[in-house]
Amino acid sequence: MITVLHEQSEIVCANARADGDELWMGAQDLEAATGWSIKPEGLCRGDACLPVPRDRAEDYIKADMLNATAFWRRMQHPITHDAAGELWVLGTSATDRSSALKALEAPDFALPDLAGATRTLSEQRGRKVLLATWASW
Amino acid sequence: MWQSLHASLQERNFTVVTVAMDEPEAARPWIELAKPTYPCLIDRNHHVAELYNMVNVPQATWIDEHGRIVRPPENAGSSDAFRRMDRTSMQMSPEQIAERNRTKRTYVAAIHDWVLKGPGSEFAYDAATIRARLRLPDDAVARAHAHFRLAQSLLKRGKREEAAINFSAASRLHPDSWTIWRQAAEKDATGLAAGPEFWARVDSLGDRPYHRPIDMKGLRQGDA
Repeated sequence: MITVLHEQSEIVCANARADGDELWMGAQDLEAATGWSIKPEGLCRGDACLPVPRDRAEDYIKADMLNATAFWRRMQHPITHDAAGELWVLGTSATDRSSALKALEAPDFALPDLAGATRTLSEQRGRKVLLATWASW
Repeated sequence: MWQSLHASLQERNFTVVTVAMDEPEAARPWIELAKPTYPCLIDRNHHVAELYNMVNVPQATWIDEHGRIVRPPENAGSSDAFRRMDRTSMQMSPEQIAERNRTKRTYVAAIHDWVLKGPGSEFAYDAATIRARLRLPDDAVARAHAHFRLAQSLLKRGKREEAAINFSAASRLHPDSWTIWRQAAEKDATGLAAGPEFWARVDSLGDRPYHRPIDMKGLRQGDA
């Protein structure tokens, strides 16, 4: 079984296989894991679409499977995996992180408190927030 | 650390939200001891550090009622005085303690000013100023966070050696991050990553700061 880590999610994929540094995923799994889905225009999420290069379509899509590695590299997102090819991180590029920060909208997140309840930053909307980090170490 | 600030300003439409860059069980005793009334969240994967390009603790950003950043992520009131303490006794001199307290006090006073005055506070920046002062990640930083995420996941699955390889890769790609390095480092009996390797890494900073000076009157590098 292959597990895909993306942003804060961790999804076990029923239809995915690793081939060296390439991760091939069924469209449903890729969408469940990352929010990106295949459409006639290409690989899309929200308003953004990444066309599949016609001359090298087979590098990206083959027999209903999508090459997540190829798409991720094309978008300049980092991608890495464990030695067994069972655990994959589909990361987010510095460009995307930087654009989000430069927009000055505080990036939202959902994290657990000690009781296990999920809290978000956005639920504090309407208040001023000091968002501060700490650690025990 | 923030309870008194939160308590004194919570009627002013203000809240502290803390995020522990930590394992839940390591953070738990501290939170239970402090019994804070503000949200204390646990971020085992250091996702917030990645989103906000934070590299140490404590760091903080100020967010207004509309969810807009009004101060970029920065050191949240810590000083580098600890670097000059006596490492045998682990004691700071009265001067060093005074410097540490002054930094904290100045930072907290600035938060009060902002909460009371809003955009009129000299400490809340306009958009152009924040953008000019934002520290943005590069590709190596993005790759470092991917390796860190993988390492934490491997650790959870009991694969310590492979986790260590990915922690090292993350630190190599993002040497400025103390959160990545200290999370992965050996901890002592009290849970601190403050052994000889930590001090060697601090010393190798030379003239560079461990906690970057806060861009605030009285706290800028060279300010008395």
